[in-house]
Amino acid sequence: MKKSNGRDSLERFRKWLDEGSDPLDMEMEDALSEPEEICSRDAEEPAWAASDAQFEHGTLGNRLKGMSRRAYYVYYSFLAVLVCAGLISVLLYATLHMPKFGGADTLVDSDLTAFYVENTLKDTGAQNVVTGIILNYRGFDTLGESHVLFSAVCTVLLMLRLTGNDERELLQAEPDDRHFEPKNDVILQTTARIVTPSILLFGIYVILNGHLSPGGGFSGGAIIGAGLILYLSAFGYRKTERFMNATVFKAVSASALMFYTLSKGYHFITACNDIPSGIGTGTPGNILSGGLLLPLNIAVGCVVAMTMYAMYTMFRKGDF
Amino acid sequence: MALWMNIPLVLILMCLLSSAICSILPGKAARIWMLSAISVQVALSLTLLLSLISYGGSFVYKLSEVGAPYGNELSASVLEAMVGLTFTSIMLLSVLGGWRKIKADVHPRRMSLYCVMVMLLLAALNALTYTNDLFTGYVFIEIATISACALILVNNKGRSLFAATRYMLMNLLGSGLFLLGLILLYCLTGQLLFPQLKQAVAQLRGENLYIVPLYLSLLLMALGIGIKSALYPFHTWLPNAYANATPASSAMLSSLISKAYIVLLIKIVFKAAGPDAFLAGGVDDVLFVFSLIGIIMGSVDALREHNLRRMISYSSVAQIGYIFLGVSLGSKAGAAAAVFHIMAHSAAKAMLFLCSDRLVEVSGGSEAYRDLRGSGFRAPLAGLAFMVGAFSIVGVPFLGGFSSKLYLATASLSLTTWKMLTLLLVLAASTLLNVMYFLRTVLTLYRKGERFPLTPVDKRPHPTFAISMAAFIALNLLLGVAAYPIMTLITQGFQMIS
Repeated sequence: MKKSNGRDSLERFRKWLDEGSDPLDMEMEDALSEPEEICSRDAEEPAWAASDAQFEHGTLGNRLKGMSRRAYYVYYSFLAVLVCAGLISVLLYATLHMPKFGGADTLVDSDLTAFYVENTLKDTGAQNVVTGIILNYRGFDTLGESHVLFSAVCTVLLMLRLTGNDERELLQAEPDDRHFEPKNDVILQTTARIVTPSILLFGIYVILNGHLSPGGGFSGGAIIGAGLILYLSAFGYRKTERFMNATVFKAVSASALMFYTLSKGYHFITACNDIPSGIGTGTPGNILSGGLLLPLNIAVGCVVAMTMYAMYTMFRKGDF
Repeated sequence: MALWMNIPLVLILMCLLSSAICSILPGKAARIWMLSAISVQVALSLTLLLSLISYGGSFVYKLSEVGAPYGNELSASVLEAMVGLTFTSIMLLSVLGGWRKIKADVHPRRMSLYCVMVMLLLAALNALTYTNDLFTGYVFIEIATISACALILVNNKGRSLFAATRYMLMNLLGSGLFLLGLILLYCLTGQLLFPQLKQAVAQLRGENLYIVPLYLSLLLMALGIGIKSALYPFHTWLPNAYANATPASSAMLSSLISKAYIVLLIKIVFKAAGPDAFLAGGVDDVLFVFSLIGIIMGSVDALREHNLRRMISYSSVAQIGYIFLGVSLGSKAGAAAAVFHIMAHSAAKAMLFLCSDRLVEVSGGSEAYRDLRGSGFRAPLAGLAFMVGAFSIVGVPFLGGFSSKLYLATASLSLTTWKMLTLLLVLAASTLLNVMYFLRTVLTLYRKGERFPLTPVDKRPHPTFAISMAAFIALNLLLGVAAYPIMTLITQGFQMIS
């Protein structure tokens, strides 16, 4: 019995070597109706088709074969609720053991806070301690953070920007966009005409005063971006593309980031090698003080404003 | 401070600058800029490693005038420099190997953006390797996540868009858990730099204060990183993402991104929390169980898979299990084995993804492995590379994978008997499974088929591909033959950082 089994499998192995039938197929056929048709299906299929196929032979899908789709979703939502409830209760339990928020004996209020409160003004020339911390002491994190924004906007461009593969696609985008645009909505346009300049001015104020009062590049840039989007919604692309297009976007964000990286890099290298950097702190309270903080805030503001505007136009039209 | 100590910072700044520059260059110029920037990075990383070996210690690089614990810091030792050199050189070889395919897959109007994302990814890899600060780690985890998403969806097929969506959802969950753990830890200790964190954690454990949230924060960070590097039950985003991206992207995704997170985890365990807290909190047991299941199930899934690239992807799930297994031992020997396996697996897996694309191409574009009969004859170099990569992962002596399995098994000897026995049994079983699915593929490559002739398709493969494959094969052999000195260096690195 055993012997014949051995010969059998040897034969199967040989058959596989010579003819191409897979010895594992016989056992695996059921578990795996993984189907050629899915592997060889045209690559250009739309995302939803892929998602259906995914369901059919995804890991869970495979394992729960024989279960109807409805039962699968019930099972799935039950599990999801269970996992979430578990996580919530674990976190709540941990909260019971946390130090009291703001208590005098917690470690948070030890050394660092006092140091920052005492030294930020002296070291960086910033009246706004938060700006001093994020652009000087922890400037490296902020450098990374502005590149997070940059990478996000580049990903959106990569995904949504029309490639011009199809000329018609580009030609169609323009009238499509006009079609959905509010056509000379008087209320919107009047409001935008009054509000936009003050929004932009306020954004610039927040950026320029970042080292003196609450605010800074991130918040000011977001305000400017919102102002630009409002203007675009009211007056349409024909007005905005006079000053905002792909070239301006690339030039502004790339040069802002390069300036940021280079100036901060200069600061890091001088700081660590104990070379005097030659950057003074100025008179605290003046607009031109705080050394690199003001130019850095402007650079961050430019990046944030460009990011917001570009994201909006990409989702709306797919081009500038 | 010696001049070479600036190299970690220069590496990161150079990548960030290159990304901004690539965004304004036209496609072709951006691609060449990217390639030359990565080559310079390899040279700089090598200089750093050599300098550190002769320096014989680790150093801290403060990024503000005041230094610790008030400002950001980078730090480097032999360990970090080895990992950094591995990452940059594999990045270079992946870009070279997928060069021709990048040109075909990426639309010309998207080319410069692709280069931007590759440079940002390299910046994130370098930063995750050299950071000495938990929050810097988180910031660059974000950059790595977003740029990896872009690398998946760049060829803009329906499938890759779907895979990218799934990748993004799972990975954001991972980032969220990591951030949650980070916040908890910061609330308890008030520190973000690794050495200060270690002191604070030791102090808390000494006074037996806030033990529950402390261990929970470690667990959350470990789980977050587990999700992001596709530890077994959280791996569902992986196969589609790896199998549908352009080959250079698949190579980078499988061999660099998921590994960089694990390197950060190792640094957290040994530099920030201390292995004792990690063991006392039971985090090691959670990772141990997940990775054992992952090793077996990843291989079983790979065995059931007929699509070549998905099969290689599932094999990544199993290999990630090995790496987490090494980390979960909580000992320096285990972590050193994990780092060695990171290097060995990166070298093998990137090569497998690149050459499998070539094999598919000469077999009429079908990715089902049964259609690949005889493709080893049609593309001799790719066939050889596939064989070397497969043998390395299976663990054939004189190749990287053999040594890492050996070191992993050796490291397990310090465990309790039951744990050790389970680990060794799982290692043996998984090696058997690896043999089953890789050997059947390698045999298929060299069997005659009816559909295509058995002669090489073109006299010479594309020069970039040939260079990359030759370098990869050499790298795998080097990792196998020179395993002992490399392992000595890694162990030295662990002595330095803790």
